Amino acid sequence: MTVIERPRLAEVGVSVPRKDGREKLSGRAQYVGDMEVAGMLHGKVLRSPVAHARIKSIDTSAAFEMDGVVSVLTGADLTDIEPYYGHAIKDRPIIAIERVRFAGEPVAAVAAVDEATAEAALRAIEVEYEELPVLGTIDDALAQDALELHTRRPKVGLFHGLGELGEKRGNVCYQHTIAAGDLEQVRTEAQITVEGNYTFPAVYQYAMETHGAIAHYHGDSITLWANCQHPFLVRAEIADLFGLEVGSVRIIVPFLGGGFGSKSYTKMEPLTVALARKAGRPVRITNRVDESMVTTRRHGMRCFMRTLARADGTLLGREVHFWLDTGAYADNGPRVTATAADSAAGPYRFEAAEIQGYCVYCNTPPSGSYRAFGATHLQWIGESQVEEVARRAGVDPLELRRRCLCVPGETVRPDGTGKPLDADLVGDVEQAAAAVGWEEPRRPWVGRGVSVGLLAAGAHPVSRASVRLSADGSVDVYVGTTELGQGPRTVMAQIAAEQLGTSSERVSVHGADTRFTPYDRSTGASRSTTIAGMAVKRAADAVAARLRETAGEVWDVEPGLVDLVGGRAVFAGEELTFPDVIAKRFGFRGGEIIEGGEVRPTGGDTGSYAEGPYFWEVCVAGAEVEVDPDTGVVEVLRTSTIADVGRAINPQLVERQDEGATLQGIGNALFEEMLLVDGVVTNDNLLEYRIPRISDLPGGMKSIIVENEDGPGPYGAKGCGEGAFAAVPAAIVCALADAGVPMNELPLTPERVWRRILELTKERADD
Amino acid sequence: MDLTLTVNGRELRAEVEPHELLLDFLRDRMGLTGAKRSCDVQVCGTCTVLVDGGPVSACSYLAADAEGREVLTIEGFAQTPEFERFEEAFLRHAALQCGYCTPGFLLTLKSLRDAGELGSEDELRHGLDGNLCRCTGYRAILEAARELAA
Repeated sequence: MTVIERPRLAEVGVSVPRKDGREKLSGRAQYVGDMEVAGMLHGKVLRSPVAHARIKSIDTSAAFEMDGVVSVLTGADLTDIEPYYGHAIKDRPIIAIERVRFAGEPVAAVAAVDEATAEAALRAIEVEYEELPVLGTIDDALAQDALELHTRRPKVGLFHGLGELGEKRGNVCYQHTIAAGDLEQVRTEAQITVEGNYTFPAVYQYAMETHGAIAHYHGDSITLWANCQHPFLVRAEIADLFGLEVGSVRIIVPFLGGGFGSKSYTKMEPLTVALARKAGRPVRITNRVDESMVTTRRHGMRCFMRTLARADGTLLGREVHFWLDTGAYADNGPRVTATAADSAAGPYRFEAAEIQGYCVYCNTPPSGSYRAFGATHLQWIGESQVEEVARRAGVDPLELRRRCLCVPGETVRPDGTGKPLDADLVGDVEQAAAAVGWEEPRRPWVGRGVSVGLLAAGAHPVSRASVRLSADGSVDVYVGTTELGQGPRTVMAQIAAEQLGTSSERVSVHGADTRFTPYDRSTGASRSTTIAGMAVKRAADAVAARLRETAGEVWDVEPGLVDLVGGRAVFAGEELTFPDVIAKRFGFRGGEIIEGGEVRPTGGDTGSYAEGPYFWEVCVAGAEVEVDPDTGVVEVLRTSTIADVGRAINPQLVERQDEGATLQGIGNALFEEMLLVDGVVTNDNLLEYRIPRISDLPGGMKSIIVENEDGPGPYGAKGCGEGAFAAVPAAIVCALADAGVPMNELPLTPERVWRRILELTKERADD
Repeated sequence: MDLTLTVNGRELRAEVEPHELLLDFLRDRMGLTGAKRSCDVQVCGTCTVLVDGGPVSACSYLAADAEGREVLTIEGFAQTPEFERFEEAFLRHAALQCGYCTPGFLLTLKSLRDAGELGSEDELRHGLDGNLCRCTGYRAILEAARELAA
C-alpha cells in the first residue's frame, strides 16, 4: 500500500453536509416539472403502438378542433429545417417522418391549455400504419435478408468523437475493433480454454424524475428549461437543428431528480422546441414513466467470449465478440460500443487479444448511456471466465488476479494505445476480498467472489469555471456540471473554499444557465470532480492571486507571502478580511473579483478517444451470496466496493456514490430486465419493472475509500460512482459460480438459477 | 364538486373535479410541489403526503376523498419544530442525493414515528419498503431512520 504524506487541508477531505440538503429536504428544491412559465402550454406526445411501420396517413383535424388545443405537430411541420439529430450519428428525426422504427416513437404532439385536454386530443388523432417486418432482436437485424432500418447516408453528429464513420453495413450502426498479438499462437500454447455465449438484459436507468423540458421559441432565439445532464451539448444540437447560433439558445438546468446517464445528450428537448415553435407559446412536456422507458435505456447484449490460459492459470489471450442492441437510433450506442470494447479484455496482461464490438440497429427503443456503460456489460463475463480458469487450474481466484493483473504504469489496452494503468488494482482487490470474508469457512450454497475491471472515464477534457468573490466576502462558483444527486455543488464549494482560505459555508454553487455559466462539456463519465473540479480550483486560485496581490500592495510585501486563512488575508500579525481587501482594491465597499479557470487538452493531446481516457476508473468489488437450491433465490449477504478515488474531497459523498451504485448493480444482476415482445416493452411500469427497495439492502455493504493521490484531478482526485456498478454484478456472478452455479445470463432470476442448478445436477450425475 | 379540507393546518374550500387527483390538486392548484410525480401507480412513494396522519400516495388518491380531512405535505411539515430533528438526521448521514424521493421518505418516517412503529429494524425496513430511492442505496436513509427511532 502506498503511504502518502499529506498537507493538512481545511475543507478538502471533510464530509461537510450537502449544500443543497436543506432545500431538498424541505421540498423547496425546484425540478423542471415544478416550474411554470407565463403563458405556458402543456404538451403530450402520441407514440407509435407498433415497432416498425410506414405511416400512410395522419389526420389531426379532429384534435385541432377541440377546445383548448392550440396546435398539433407532425413530421409534415418540419420541412423548413433539417430535422435529423443525434450527437453521434444524425439518424433521428425530431418526430417520425413517414416511417416509425420503434414502438413508442413520437408520431404527433399536441400543445393544449392543460395536460388533460392534450391527452384527450391525442385520442382524436387518427394514424394509419402499414406494418413492416419487425427486427425485434439483434439476430433479426443481422439476418441476411433483414430490411435496412436506415437508408439515408449516415451523417456524423456534432459529438461523434470516435473518428470517421466507416461504411455502414446492413444494420450495423458502428463497429469497434481492438486486436493485438498472435491469437493463433496463443491458442496452440493454451492448456485451459474457457468459452461461452452470454446474454445481458436491456434495463432502464429509472431516475425517479422522468424526462421533461419547457421550451420557449422566440423566433430568433430559444430558451429551454430542461433536466439535461449535458446542457452545452444539447445547446449545440438545438442550435444546429433550428438554424441558430449557439449563443441564441439558452438552456437553464434546475435540480435533476437523478440521471445516471438517462438524461445525457439530447432527449425530449428537440420535440419540445418544435412544438413550442409551432404553438408560438412556451410548452412543457413531461414524460410519464412508460414514455421515459422508451426514451432511453441500457443496451441489451449478446456476447461470445473465450479466455485462454496456461495450465497454471496464467492468462494468455482473450477473444470477444459482442453485439449491442442500440435500438432504432444510435443515441450513444457507438460510444457504448467503444467503451465496452475497452472493458472487454479486462486489466490483465494478455499476450494476444481480439475484440470485436458491433452496435446494431433494431426496431426497439433507443439505448444510450447508463452508469458504467460498457464495463457493466462486459466485466461480469470476463471475470466469470477468470474465475473458471482459476477453478480449473486449482488456484485461488484472488491469487490468480495477483499474478495476472496489470500494475501501475503498464499498458491497459491490449494494442498499447491510450493511458497506462494509473491505479493499484492488486491492492484494491485484496481489500475487496478481505471485506467479504475471503478466508472465512464457507457453508454449502454460499459463495464469495471478487471482480476487477476498468472503465474508460473522463470523456473529452474540456471544462471552464468562474469564481466570483463579492464585496461581502461571499463566493459564487459558476460551473456547468449538473447537480443530479451526486453532490457537485458541495464538492465544488469545498474546492473553491480550500483554495480561497474560506469556509464552504460562504460558497454558493449554481446550476447551469448557458447564457452565464462557462462551458463544460458534460456531466458523465465520472468527470465532474476531476475535470470541472480542476477548472474550479484554477479559477479559485486566480481569485486568491488577486487577493494576495491587493493585500501585498497594502502591506508592501510580495503577494506570495500573504496567507489566506479563515476568510482573511494574513501576513506577520496583520490581517484584512476579504471585504476589507476588496474595499482596498476598489477604494470603496463595492466591486468584486471574478476569475476563470479551465481544463483543456494539452501537449498535442487532442482529447481523442484513442489518446484517452483521461483516467481509468477502477471497478473493483467483492460479494458473498447464498443460493437456495430448491427455489433458485439468490440472496446477497455482503458486498464490498472500492472507491479508488485518488483523493476523497468529501468522503461521505464518495461512500453514497458507491452505495447507490451497489444497489443499482444488485438490481441489474438479480432482477431488472425490460421485456420486449416484437419490439414492444411489455413491463413499462413500476408494478412489473422492479427496482431495488430498502429490503434488498444486503446485510453487509462496505464502501472502502482508497486514496493514493494518483488522479489527474484536484489534490490527486479522480472520479468515482460508476466503477462499483460494473464491479458488483460481476462479483455476484463470480460468487454464485463459487457457490457452484456458474451463470451465463443476467438477470439471475430464481427461475433461471433453479433451471441451471437442475442442469448442473444432471450433468454431474451423468459424469 | 365542493371540497373542504385542511392543508398544512389551514382550512380551505375548493371546487374540484370528481376525478381530480390529490397530487394534481396540491401541485397545480396549491403550488405545493414538494410531493413529486413519478410512477403513477402507488409504488414509488415520491408523491407521499399524510392524510389524517397516515401516508398516502397522492398520485392514486382522489382529492374528493380528502373531504373533511387533514393533509400534511412536506412544506407544512418543514414548518414544524419537529422537522429539525429529521432534517439534521438526514443531513448528518447524507441520506439524500437528488432529493426527488426525499420528502416522501420524511413524511413516511414521521407517520411511522407518530404511530410508534419506528422501533425495530424489521419495522423500519417494512415501513420504508414503499418509498423507493434510486440514488443513495438506502443504507444512509436507514441510519438516519435509526437515529430518529432512538
